[in-house]
Amino acid sequence: MPEDVVPERVAGGLEPTPGQTVGPFFHFALPYRGGQDLVPAGHPAAVRLHGTVTDGAGRPVVDAMIEIWQADEHGQVSRQPGSLARDPHVFTGWGRSATDDAGHYRFTTVEPGATVDGAAAFVSVCVHARGLLDRLFTRAYLPEAAVAADPLLTSLDPDRRRTLVAVREADGGLRFDIRLQGEDETVFLTFDRDGADR
Amino acid sequence: MISAEIAALHAADARTSAQVQPRLDFPPYRSTILRHPTKDLHHADPEEIELLSPVFGHQDVDPLEADLTIQRGGEPIGERIRISGRVLDGEGRPVRRQLVEIWQANAGGRYIHKRDQHPAPIDPHFTGVGRTLTDDDGGYSFVSIKPGPYPWRNHRNAWRPAHVHFSVFGDAFTQRLVTQMYFPGDPLFALDPIYQSITDQSARDRLVARYDHDTSEHEWLLGYTWDIVLTGSHATWTEPEQDGDHA
Repeated sequence: MPEDVVPERVAGGLEPTPGQTVGPFFHFALPYRGGQDLVPAGHPAAVRLHGTVTDGAGRPVVDAMIEIWQADEHGQVSRQPGSLARDPHVFTGWGRSATDDAGHYRFTTVEPGATVDGAAAFVSVCVHARGLLDRLFTRAYLPEAAVAADPLLTSLDPDRRRTLVAVREADGGLRFDIRLQGEDETVFLTFDRDGADR
Repeated sequence: MISAEIAALHAADARTSAQVQPRLDFPPYRSTILRHPTKDLHHADPEEIELLSPVFGHQDVDPLEADLTIQRGGEPIGERIRISGRVLDGEGRPVRRQLVEIWQANAGGRYIHKRDQHPAPIDPHFTGVGRTLTDDDGGYSFVSIKPGPYPWRNHRNAWRPAHVHFSVFGDAFTQRLVTQMYFPGDPLFALDPIYQSITDQSARDRLVARYDHDTSEHEWLLGYTWDIVLTGSHATWTEPEQDGDHA
């Protein structure tokens, strides 16, 4: 690993509980009514954010679950409860979508504003799947993202960087495909602070 | 033999450093072969959206959802248990008012899922789904039925150890954890490639609940205790003391 920072562990620091795969049978427990709809489809700024999750053979991953967490169109991070029992008039910034039999997930949401002036706006994405032993983090940047100003995007080679940028579709929607392995493998992120996250 | 494959990978890690998180590339768990990223995770400095977490409140979860034995109007079959513990961050601070979701097989090892065709009975009085919010001390508690082991097709005579799936949120989205809790003394541990994908023994041990006689109830249930520690970047600033954001 390139990161070789050995932090001080505070007194009483606790070792982490390891992750484990979400397995194939989460569908009856985790998806919930309206979980894919951060705003109603009729919202004036509603946009579809969707894509396909594929494996190293290019096959769709039909038992993946994608979670997103994002700022609203003004760059404000919601602090409203109601992420599960959703009031369609309240934007919580949180969504969860299982992939379907074609490996496809979809959200109805608004495009996030940047949370810091000048920074590139993105949706934070967490990927769970059978066969994936721990969750993965990534980011779906808006296609018009200010690449030159963004520290993460500029730290990547252009051909890897584009895996983090959603594609603008003809109808205005955003397509963000996730490739777990192989050609165009999505860049997955670690926010490692103390070596505990690999 | 699956145990030989597991042993070889553990020995390889022992020469470098055993891993406290599962190896994403762990071929004894066949489904990882085409699903593990081949490139190193890319270090990112978390931004504000990643240093906070979705907010859940009392409207999100009915307190009755923490009792998996009362959801279907009759007594489920099996060994009644309570699983309780605390959700903490790496500094030992409680993770308050966050959502904990669980799902599990019934006592016969069967999930209510169309793809689970294991020929064991479906229990009409058991859904295997629970939710709760942690309290001010980070505490959670579920009443349930001990799940049974069940067969899967990973290798010959593959059976999963009895386990309960847990989904937990931290104070920051970077702390998001989905994991599995196991029961002490399970003879299937050594042969289970999902459990053994963590090559550090003490890290594997942290997935095993402890039988807790103090939380057992006379003539009613067996108590298990399991604490969950979430790590990952989070905001270094201290949130001001206020209770307005969970009103």
